[in-house]
Amino acid sequence: MKKVLEGSMAISDSIRMAEPKVISAYPITPQTHIVEHLSQMVADGDLKAEYVMVESEHSAASVVLGASACGVRTYTATAAQGLLYMEEVIYNIAGMRLPVVLTVANRAVSAPISIWNDMQDSMALRDSGAIQLVAENNQEAYDMHIQAYKIAENPNVMLPVMVCVDGFVLTHTFEVVETIDHIEKVREYLPPLNMEYTLDINNPFSFGTVGEPSVYIETRFRLSNAINNSKSVIVDAANDYREMFGKYEGALIDPYKMDDADTVIVAMGSVLGTIKDVVDELRESGKKIGVLKIRSFRPFPADEITDALKNIKNAIIIEKAVSLGKGGILSCEIRDALYQHRINSVNVNGYIMGLGGRDITPKNIYDLIIKAEKQEDVDGEFYGLNNELLNKVF
Amino acid sequence: MKEVRIHGRGGQGSVTMASILAISFFDDGKYCQAFPSFGSERTGAPVQAFARVSNTPIRTRHQIYDPDYVIVQDVTLITSVPVAKGLKDSGKLIINTEADLKEILKKFGDNKINETNIILFPALKIAMKILGKPIVNTTLLGAFSAITGEVSIDSVKQEIEARFGSKLGKINADAAQAAYDYIKGEKIGF
Repeated sequence: MKKVLEGSMAISDSIRMAEPKVISAYPITPQTHIVEHLSQMVADGDLKAEYVMVESEHSAASVVLGASACGVRTYTATAAQGLLYMEEVIYNIAGMRLPVVLTVANRAVSAPISIWNDMQDSMALRDSGAIQLVAENNQEAYDMHIQAYKIAENPNVMLPVMVCVDGFVLTHTFEVVETIDHIEKVREYLPPLNMEYTLDINNPFSFGTVGEPSVYIETRFRLSNAINNSKSVIVDAANDYREMFGKYEGALIDPYKMDDADTVIVAMGSVLGTIKDVVDELRESGKKIGVLKIRSFRPFPADEITDALKNIKNAIIIEKAVSLGKGGILSCEIRDALYQHRINSVNVNGYIMGLGGRDITPKNIYDLIIKAEKQEDVDGEFYGLNNELLNKVF
Repeated sequence: MKEVRIHGRGGQGSVTMASILAISFFDDGKYCQAFPSFGSERTGAPVQAFARVSNTPIRTRHQIYDPDYVIVQDVTLITSVPVAKGLKDSGKLIINTEADLKEILKKFGDNKINETNIILFPALKIAMKILGKPIVNTTLLGAFSAITGEVSIDSVKQEIEARFGSKLGKINADAAQAAYDYIKGEKIGF
């Protein structure tokens, strides 16, 4: 049914449909509405789950780790400092191969304190072994959480999936979302979790014990393979979802108006909507421009991205995070992907925008396109700075 | 696409108003979007909320800089916040006040805001009469429906009732209807 939902409501409703048995979270803006809705659903009996109140994000992640190891479906959500506080546990969840699904309501990290949106928080967990999917709008946020369980719980994957949803820009925006009417359809898409190894007093196992030098590197190799091989599972989850629910927002990537494009803007998350509107207008004036959406940041679809970009002239990467001491993160990885395939004909320019909730307007994007087509090999240039302020801040 | 910017103060229900407006647009068969200005909202601090309506799906996410309509919930904001900034030439500025039009126009001090695009509306007076409380968002929704014709009063009332429950919903819907009637020239009782 189509209805108008706040992003947080869309996400909590989609989690309700996935029927986790244990939810644990600690409130943090802009994630709080999501877990408030879920705790209400549990209290009202609309979701038969145990909602565990905790005193920190570290504990929230630990609760879902333990519950997941017992073989039940779990959920948590966080943002910014909360995610950083969870980080140690998330590395453990991935290392123990537990299919936890968590939402990151993407928010800038301190200092200075910012409650507003960028993607620095989830980027900090880039190498944790958690799959990272990024939603463009609230419909996709709804659909992606159901797909996330399907991916996480695949026996060949068994990894945490982090669904990244831009804080405020999506979590606090009301828009039209088509929800699934019948939970039976979700149950069909998402069969009950069936883990090969669980914490079971009748068949005792240990999780996350010491990995001596004789075994540690092999477990990391298996983990590395699992996340690399999850690409095909992510594609299948998107295709199966389309077949069952008629919705498709891309799998690993999603090209938009790229067929004859010579300039392509590459981005992730909610900024894609604004970019697509600008591209439509430029297309009307005859400009050959397209958009490449990165939907799966981890695993990184290097081959798919290369294939999509190999024949274009200019790739303009817009990202809301920075690797301090290096530059752009997404642009670096895209340049690396092209290099691996010995493609050196694409001019890759990466720009950092929208940090700490700075609004990205259509005019910003128009101006950036004009600028970028004249530049070469830009690596994470900060775009849209207020130069007057620069002399005043530390 | 039409864009609405709401200026209020923390606690006045600007975000609630934007979301009710968006859902009312949807009830009328349109696509919609509503979002807050994501400020560090404190009671009394100036806040903004935004709403978009369109016949086609809305993808853009930026804040609203060139609104078709501006709604000001608290007239004292006009001296501290540039409420009319970016208002389209064809746009309308709706302000909750009982003050004299000339006095208000003086405060804007430019020709862009004039008798043709400013509408002063006594939302507080109507809200006090019907709700007995200085909560003006539902009254302003009724006025917006009557002034702009962008949303039906029936959808507005339906969503107000859905949001506030049976008792509060009913009197708030009455307030919206009274505001609608007031604008439509049936000012009896006010």
